Amino acid sequence: MKAVILLFPGINRERDMALAVRQSFGRDPAIVWHKETALPEGTDLVVIPGGFSFGDYLRCGAMAAQSPVMQAVKAHAARGGYVLGVCNGFQILTEAGILPGALLRNAGLRFLSMDTTLRVARTDTVFTNKWQEGAIFRAPMAHGDGNYTADPATLDRLEGENLVAFTYAGENRNGSARNIAGIFAPNLRVLGLMPHPENLVDPLMGGTDGKPLFDALAAA
Amino acid sequence: MSEINQALAKSFGLNAEEYDKVLAIMGRTPSLTELGIFSVMWSEHCSYKSSRIWLKELPTKAPWVIHGPGENAGVIDIGEGMAAIFKMESHNHPSFIEPYQGAATGVGGILRDVFTMGARPIANLNALRFGDPSLAVTRRVVDGVVRGIGGYGNCVGVPTVGGEVNFHPAYNGNPLVNAMTVGIARQDKIFLSAAAGIGNPVVYVGSKTGRDGIHGATMASTEFDAASEDKRPTVQVGDPFTEKLLIEACLELMQTDAIVAIQDMGAAGLTSSSVEMAGKGGVGIELNLDAVPQRETGMTAYEMMLSESQERMLLVIKPERSEAARKIIEKWDLDYAIIGYITDTGRIVVRHKGVVEADIPLDPLEKAAPLYRRPIAETPKPAPLGEVVCNMPLLEALEKLIGCPDLCSRRWIYDQYDSTVGGQTVKRPAQADAAIVRLEGTKRALAITTDCTPRYCVADAEMGGAQAVAETWRNITATGAKPLAITDNMNFGNPEKPEIMGQFASAIKGMAAACLALDYPVVSGNVSLYNETEGRPILPTPAIGGVGVLEDAAQAVGYALSPGLALVVIGETRGELGRSLYLREILGREEGAPPAMDLAAERRNGDFVRAQILGQAVAACHDVADGGLLVAVAEMALAGDAGVELTAEYGAKEWFGEDQARYVLAVRDAPAVLAAAAAQKIPAILIGVSVNQNKLTLPGAVAISLPQLREAHERFFPAWFA
Repeated sequence: MKAVILLFPGINRERDMALAVRQSFGRDPAIVWHKETALPEGTDLVVIPGGFSFGDYLRCGAMAAQSPVMQAVKAHAARGGYVLGVCNGFQILTEAGILPGALLRNAGLRFLSMDTTLRVARTDTVFTNKWQEGAIFRAPMAHGDGNYTADPATLDRLEGENLVAFTYAGENRNGSARNIAGIFAPNLRVLGLMPHPENLVDPLMGGTDGKPLFDALAAA
Repeated sequence: MSEINQALAKSFGLNAEEYDKVLAIMGRTPSLTELGIFSVMWSEHCSYKSSRIWLKELPTKAPWVIHGPGENAGVIDIGEGMAAIFKMESHNHPSFIEPYQGAATGVGGILRDVFTMGARPIANLNALRFGDPSLAVTRRVVDGVVRGIGGYGNCVGVPTVGGEVNFHPAYNGNPLVNAMTVGIARQDKIFLSAAAGIGNPVVYVGSKTGRDGIHGATMASTEFDAASEDKRPTVQVGDPFTEKLLIEACLELMQTDAIVAIQDMGAAGLTSSSVEMAGKGGVGIELNLDAVPQRETGMTAYEMMLSESQERMLLVIKPERSEAARKIIEKWDLDYAIIGYITDTGRIVVRHKGVVEADIPLDPLEKAAPLYRRPIAETPKPAPLGEVVCNMPLLEALEKLIGCPDLCSRRWIYDQYDSTVGGQTVKRPAQADAAIVRLEGTKRALAITTDCTPRYCVADAEMGGAQAVAETWRNITATGAKPLAITDNMNFGNPEKPEIMGQFASAIKGMAAACLALDYPVVSGNVSLYNETEGRPILPTPAIGGVGVLEDAAQAVGYALSPGLALVVIGETRGELGRSLYLREILGREEGAPPAMDLAAERRNGDFVRAQILGQAVAACHDVADGGLLVAVAEMALAGDAGVELTAEYGAKEWFGEDQARYVLAVRDAPAVLAAAAAQKIPAILIGVSVNQNKLTLPGAVAISLPQLREAHERFFPAWFA
C-alpha cells in the first residue's frame, strides 16, 4: 500500500500522521501540496490529516474542498482508491461531497481536547480488520466542530447499510447525531472520523489504541 | 495635525526630561513620526528603563547556555546538537480590555519570538492570574482568556501542555496572562537579529499592516483607570492561520542560506524591529513605507511605524537569494515586500510618498534611552503568625481545600487546549509535575513548567522570588529531568512607587540566589510594570518558566499513584502555616511569614530525588506545594485512582503546612530509599502506603472516599461555567 498525505495551508497534524503511517508501513509517506493537480504515480491511499485548513474560516474544510488536488482525490475515490480523512480531513471529505453529512460546532460550543472511546462497528473493512467485532478503543479528540449531522434519511441509510464506522462508546460530548464518530463511503474504501487514532500509536504517548488502523492499512 | 511639543510628548508617555533629551538628540523639533518612534522605544515596555539595572543582577551563564537575555529568546544546549529556545511574555493589559484577543495575540507574539530564531515551536504553556471568582467580570475574563489561548494555540498546531492559574482580588482589574513557548532547533541553525551587509534588502513578510495596536507598547506602560475601555482599539487582533503559514514559511526559508538577520514585529511593530536590528548590527537602515503591504488606505508614516498588526516579520536577505526567498514566502500565500535596505549611516531614515518622515541617529536612540534607579522602600517583614487554632477535622479541611479555586482541578481549562498535536506529548496536563514533550526522532524529552506563588511574594518578595525559581526546579526534578534554565516574567505594579520597586528588587535578589544555588540561570524574560487599577497594585508576580531535559523520555515519572507502593516524604516537615492556603481558605487569614527557603536543602533533596527516579526506584513522584502534604497525597491518589492508607500521626500543621523542598515518592522498596536518604543525611520518612481501595484513610480509621474527594476537586470550574 502506497500512502500519501495531503497538505493544505493550516493543516497541523501531518507530522503526527506521518509518524503513525511510517511506523506501520515501514516507509515515509509522500507529502502532497494542495496545489498539485495529480496524485503521485501508484498512490493507493490518500490521507487527509487534521488541523485548521485555511484557518477554518468560512466553514471547516470548505475552502480546502475547492483546492486543485481535491479533483484528483475525487477521481481517486471514484476509481475505488482508499481515502482516510481524520478531523479536519473528515470535514474536508464532507465538504467535497465524498462523504455525506456535515460537522457542526460542538454541542457545548467549546473546543474539546481529551481522550474519548470509540466502538468499532464492523471489522470486515480494510481500515478496521485488525480490531475485534465490537471492540472499544481510546482515541484523543481535539476539535471545535465535531458534531456530525445529516438529514434523517441519510442517517437511516448510513445505519441501515452499515456505513457507520465508529460510534462514541462513552459520553457523546460533541453532540453527534446517533453518536457517530466516523463513517464509510458505500464501497467501504473511504473513511472519515473525528478523533485521532494517529495520536495513540506509541506506548510512551499513552498507548497504542490507534495502531490497528494503520497496521490494517499497511497489510492491505 | 497636533503641534509637536512637550504636551503632545506627555500624551505619548514621555516626561519633560525625556522630551528634552529627544530635542537634544535631534537638534530640532522632531516630526510626529520621530516623536512616535522615540516614545515607543523609550516606553517602559521596550526600554526596561525602571528594571534594567536590577535585571543585571540575575545569573545568566552556564556551560549549556548558548544565548542568554538580549536575543528574541533564550537558547540552551539540550544535547545531540539540539537547542531549546524559549521565553515567556506577558499580555496583561490587553487581556483585561479584550480578553480573547489579548490572550490570543499573547500566544502569537511569544511563538514569533521563538520561531524567529529558527526553532520549531513544540510546546506552549501559560501562567494566568485572575481576580475574585465571585465577580462576574472575572468569569468573563477567564472565559475569554481561555478561549483566546485555545483559539490561537490549537489552530497553529502547537500543543498547550501546561500552566498555572491563581485567583486573588488583587488581580480584579488587572489579570495576568503570561504565555511561554518552547521550540527546538539545530545548534548550527540558530538565527539572530543583528542586521549586516550594506545594501542588503530589508524584507517585510507576513500579514498586511493596518491601524490596529497603535501605541500598544505605550498602553502597556501605564496604569489602568475607568477610561481604559476606550483603549480597546489599541488591542491587536490575531490571525492564527496566518501565524501558522508564517511559521512554516520561515522554517522553510531557514533551510536555505538566504537570511542574514530576522526579527518579528512585536511590540512597537516596524519601529522596534527595524531599530533593534540595525542597532544590534551597528549599521543604518532606510525604509520606504510606500512598499509596506497595507490593509487600509491612507495610512500615514506615523501609523505604519507604530502599528502593532500581528503576524509580521522583518528580514535582512542576501540580495542574490531574494527571488528564491520570495518564491518560498509566496508559496505560503504571504506578502513578501522589499521595504528598504541596510545603510552605513548609523541612522534610521523613513521615507513615505517622497518625504523623509523620520531621520534619527540610532546610537543615541538606543544608548540615551532613559535608565532609572528608582527609589526603593523595602517591604517590612511580616509579623510572625503566632498560635494557630485548627479545629476543623482534617479530612473536612482536605475536601474544602482541594475544591478551592486555587487548588481544584484545571480540567475545564486544559480540556479546551489541544495538548497532543505533534504526537510527542509524553505527559499531558495533570499527569506529572512538569509537561514532558519528546524531541521528535530521538529518545530525549524536555520537561517544562511554569510557577509562582504570589501570596508568598507579597509577604516577602525575596523569599517569593527564590521560591518561584525553586518550585519550577522542583517540578522538573519530580519528573526525573535535569533542570537547565529559566525564563522570567516579572509582573509588578507602578515602579514609580518605592514600595513596588522594593518588591521588584527583593524578588530579583531571591531569584538570583536560587538560580545560583541550583545552577539554573535566566536565559530570557519580560517585564510588565504598571499592573495597577485605580492605584491598587497586583500581588508581585515573578512568574518563572523552567526547562529541563531527560535523556530518555521513558524514564519520566508522573504523579498518578498505583496500589501497593510505599509513600516516602523527602525533605523536612516542620508545619509552617504562614501564608498557606490552609490559613487562607480554612481560617480566613492571609498572614505571617511564608515558609522558609533553604536553598542548600532544596538542591540536596532534589538531586537525591532525581537520582532515585533515574535509578528506577520511584513509580510516582509529586512535589509538595500549594496546600501542603495531604493535598499532594490526595492529588496522587485521584490521578491514579488508587487508595491511600496514611500512618503518620500528623496534625493540621504538618498535613497542610507548605514547608519547601519536599517531595512525595511512591516506591516499591521503602527501606532501600530510606537507607539511601539516611546515607546522604537527607530527611526522609515513611508516611503510609497506597492500597487497592477507593478511599484515603488517616490514622484512627477516619477516611474519605475517592469519589467524594474527586467530586470536590472537579466541581468548581464546571459549576462556574454551567
